[in-house]
Amino acid sequence: MNAGPEHAVEPVVEFAGRLRASGASVPPTRVHMMLRALAELGADSLSAVYWSGRLTLCASPDDIERYDQVFSAYFGAGQGRPRPRVQVAPAYRMVAAPADGQPETGAKNDGPPPEKLATASRHEVLRNRDVTELTAAERAEVNHYLSALVIAVPERITRRMRAAPGGTIDARRTIRAMMRRGGEPVEVLRHRKSRRTRRLVFLIDVSGSMAPYADTVLRFAHAACRARPGTEVFTVGTRLTRLTRELRGRGAAAAIAKASQAIPDWSGGTRLGPEVKEFLDRWGQRGVARGAVVVLASDGWEQGDPTLLGEQMARLRRLARRVVWVNPHRGHDGYAPRTGGMRAALPHIDDLVAGHSLGAMEDLAILLTTTTSCTPWPGTHRLQDATEAVSDA
Amino acid sequence: MTEIRDRSDASGPPTDGVVAGPEELARRLDAAGYLADDGLATAAFLALRMRRPLFIEGEAGVGKTSLAHALSAALSAPLIRLQCYEGVDAAQALYDWDFPRQLLHLRAAEAAGVSDVDRLEHELYDRRFLVARPLLRALEEVPCVLLIDEIDRADDEFEAFLLEVLSDFTISIPEVGTVRAETPPTVVVTSNRTREVHDALKRRCLYHWLDHPTFEREIAVITRRLPEVSERLASDVARVVERMRSADLLKPPGLAESIDWAAALAALGARELDADLASRTLGAVLKYQEDTERIRAEIGEMVVETAG
Repeated sequence: MNAGPEHAVEPVVEFAGRLRASGASVPPTRVHMMLRALAELGADSLSAVYWSGRLTLCASPDDIERYDQVFSAYFGAGQGRPRPRVQVAPAYRMVAAPADGQPETGAKNDGPPPEKLATASRHEVLRNRDVTELTAAERAEVNHYLSALVIAVPERITRRMRAAPGGTIDARRTIRAMMRRGGEPVEVLRHRKSRRTRRLVFLIDVSGSMAPYADTVLRFAHAACRARPGTEVFTVGTRLTRLTRELRGRGAAAAIAKASQAIPDWSGGTRLGPEVKEFLDRWGQRGVARGAVVVLASDGWEQGDPTLLGEQMARLRRLARRVVWVNPHRGHDGYAPRTGGMRAALPHIDDLVAGHSLGAMEDLAILLTTTTSCTPWPGTHRLQDATEAVSDA
Repeated sequence: MTEIRDRSDASGPPTDGVVAGPEELARRLDAAGYLADDGLATAAFLALRMRRPLFIEGEAGVGKTSLAHALSAALSAPLIRLQCYEGVDAAQALYDWDFPRQLLHLRAAEAAGVSDVDRLEHELYDRRFLVARPLLRALEEVPCVLLIDEIDRADDEFEAFLLEVLSDFTISIPEVGTVRAETPPTVVVTSNRTREVHDALKRRCLYHWLDHPTFEREIAVITRRLPEVSERLASDVARVVERMRSADLLKPPGLAESIDWAAALAALGARELDADLASRTLGAVLKYQEDTERIRAEIGEMVVETAG
């Protein structure tokens, strides 16, 4: 790279191509910016090339990690440069489930008897069936209902004021109105605090044991993303993946397909504790979980140490407005939260709800519209039942 | 690059004229009490030269905001700060009309028996009744350093609006006309990354991720900022803070916290760090009860280990 900047065009464009191939989004305007930066710095040192690219082609710490890799592969060693800190997942160990820790499959609900099916509406029939027991056609129908689900998102009061017929006096608007009438106080205008939607955050377990249900929850999350663009979606399993971008699209099928591609650990193991921790470290504590309604969908099978999960759930509970745990097995008869992870998390969640059927997801949609955690709702006493079941056991 | 020359000539910065390169900018920042590494100096230099806003992201307390302060000192340009928060809107960022004064003017005109309504109305929307907020002020007071702090706290709508202003550096006020900056001000945008800022805005800017400083740099910054702190104490603090950062805390201490801690220790007359002093002043460096408890149990060990 001893030549002037004009000779840098070709390698820079090629380098940008490599970066794109590695999955980064590099629009041509950014490449142009890199060339300009390079011209300013003079392309005579590797460091100048490194920084002109890093400052213009990257837009997040994750990008920098990838940039460093591609840079050192393309331009030779990019050694000794400051890199963003990379979270290293702590080693985990298998922990024996508690003594009575059989898989949480209560007696399976076989659905209503056939003669009843004939009279109930199609929707009603599908509503209460476990999604894993559906045929492909029924599944498609359920997916259709899911995508059409109206998810009213919870609200909170902001400090911003909005004009309103009642409320406190809005001095500014009143004076403005007075000025329009030559300074005569004709009408008193009022305003009150406006309301904004609370953020919804989904953490979806995509491990092997959750695989049959994860798709349903993902579709639900997609419907929520459309209802409120600020919604954040993450999957957990053996690693944390942010799916918010992938689920932004309008069509459910396309968005789900994109999301599935982005998840590297479908049907893998579960390390809920470390994953929830990583979520809180990287996103939650910084603001994503603050004051939000967090929906965690998992069966509570934890391969790691349940104590860590308990600690992290307590931390999540302190940050979030409300923590809702969706457990598909919750919908089965005779369910009791017996797995280590579920028992560790139980004291720190507001609601434990089912997520095994269309009906359960519809109930969840209703639950999410209530803002305060103290509001009595069917879901809350169901949680108490479950807690009692544990203490009885 | 005349605007840089003008700016620096204004009141005699340590070196002459133009900012020739990242090294020189680093020297000037140093003179202003800010130690910038290669990457940051390059980023700031390019922001000046390419007239692009500099978007700085990083953990809380790594020196994002202080960079803007130092840049303003290094360039001898005033600093104009826009602190973002949830619900910040155009009236707080751009301009607002001074309604009470307008009303007074109206009443006074009435009392004086002014009958020329058109003229009166024209007077009411005069520049003197306009309250300039940070963005408008920045355009009017070029050369200056505009700091848009904690953009991640503002709403998405505000981001879109900011994008518009930062793209062409013009603000149009229907009653007055368009305000345009011939040369754009130096803009520093900071984010703690509590949420992802929209790509379109980042694309307008040079992006820099500011990491925790290296051990040597941290000592240098502490002694630079706090001349009363002994070299020994600074290195003790830097070493223990480095250990804390790798201890997986809820809020790992940033550079701002190590400076606070060193200042607290110096205020107690410490020349070097010992377990008792450290334990008594932990509140200056750790901001979560859980973290304080954990570290308090290990602090003796940390201090001894690092002293060896």
